[in-house]
Amino acid sequence: MAENDIFNSGLIQFEQKPGGIMNNLENKVAWITGSGRGIGKAIAQELGCRGARLVIHDIDRESAEKTAASFNEKGYPSIALVSDVSDKAEAIETVDRIKKEFGSLDILVNNAGITRDNLLVRMKEDDWDLVMQINLKGTFLCTQASAKLMMKQRSGRIINIVSVVGVMGNPGQSNYAASKAGMIGFTKSSAKELSARGITVNAVAPGYIETEMTAVLPENVRSAFIEATPLKRGGTPADVAKAVAFFAGPESAFITGQVLHVDGGMVM
Amino acid sequence: MTKEERVQKVKEIIVEQLGVDPSEVTLEASFIDDLGADSLDTVELVMEFESAFDIEIPDEDADQLATVGSAIEYLEKKLAE
Repeated sequence: MAENDIFNSGLIQFEQKPGGIMNNLENKVAWITGSGRGIGKAIAQELGCRGARLVIHDIDRESAEKTAASFNEKGYPSIALVSDVSDKAEAIETVDRIKKEFGSLDILVNNAGITRDNLLVRMKEDDWDLVMQINLKGTFLCTQASAKLMMKQRSGRIINIVSVVGVMGNPGQSNYAASKAGMIGFTKSSAKELSARGITVNAVAPGYIETEMTAVLPENVRSAFIEATPLKRGGTPADVAKAVAFFAGPESAFITGQVLHVDGGMVM
Repeated sequence: MTKEERVQKVKEIIVEQLGVDPSEVTLEASFIDDLGADSLDTVELVMEFESAFDIEIPDEDADQLATVGSAIEYLEKKLAE
């Protein structure tokens, strides 16, 4: 595709290394929920290569520990923490442990999320509840626990990973769409509340991203998503991660309560 | 902790949280009118009192903590329970 060439040419891509030119998150402490794999892991990698110290947090111990170990090898200081984002006591304990380990918490990325897709008329109440509990309540609890520390610090960056589905809807995902739309409202309200303490809250809304989660979709569904994407390709986890890094860094200091779509133009 | 120590602790928390001079923290001083607290400050003060004295202050009680003196009085009553 001719119009895609500039994006795929490599001209605007660059490899960042610790000690490189883009270390704008030097020594910042970043807690990324659900970062054992997928988009969360890519976000952690991006923040790590900009100098952040990482809290690799997942409900799955093995992936959290493996990812933290691989980042430590690359030279990004990382610890692995395991907990359920939808448990209030565990969220508070996680913040306490981060404070003990690193002394501060500068960046929270609410990335942990699940899907339990089904058509509305067939959707089980349990599947509705579980998606709300992890995606929406989990975001609330992790933000609440973190905000108390960030308010004292008089600084902080909170980035919520939402979805284009929360804006445009998607058949079979009424629970997921509602949770993501809820997160957008939550982003704006908390941005207004926390602004007086130097904390910004923004959201990143990925479109169709090629991950393990979407790899299982039937070919015709994948091609329909790409057809609906003006840039005519699926996004990568790294595409999402770079938008998160923007909200985590000093360049976005005057931006709060916004939803940045990383979707190849799917929603505009 | 003696009452005197508790009063001292309350004053320290107020000075730290609101960034005011210790001499301004008189018993009559109102957090909002005299010490320049905004709504978020008053919530943070309540949270600091809760963790310093290991108590829970229900939202409906928070209104009773309008001045330094009323906060001390409330905390003394709460700790006596």
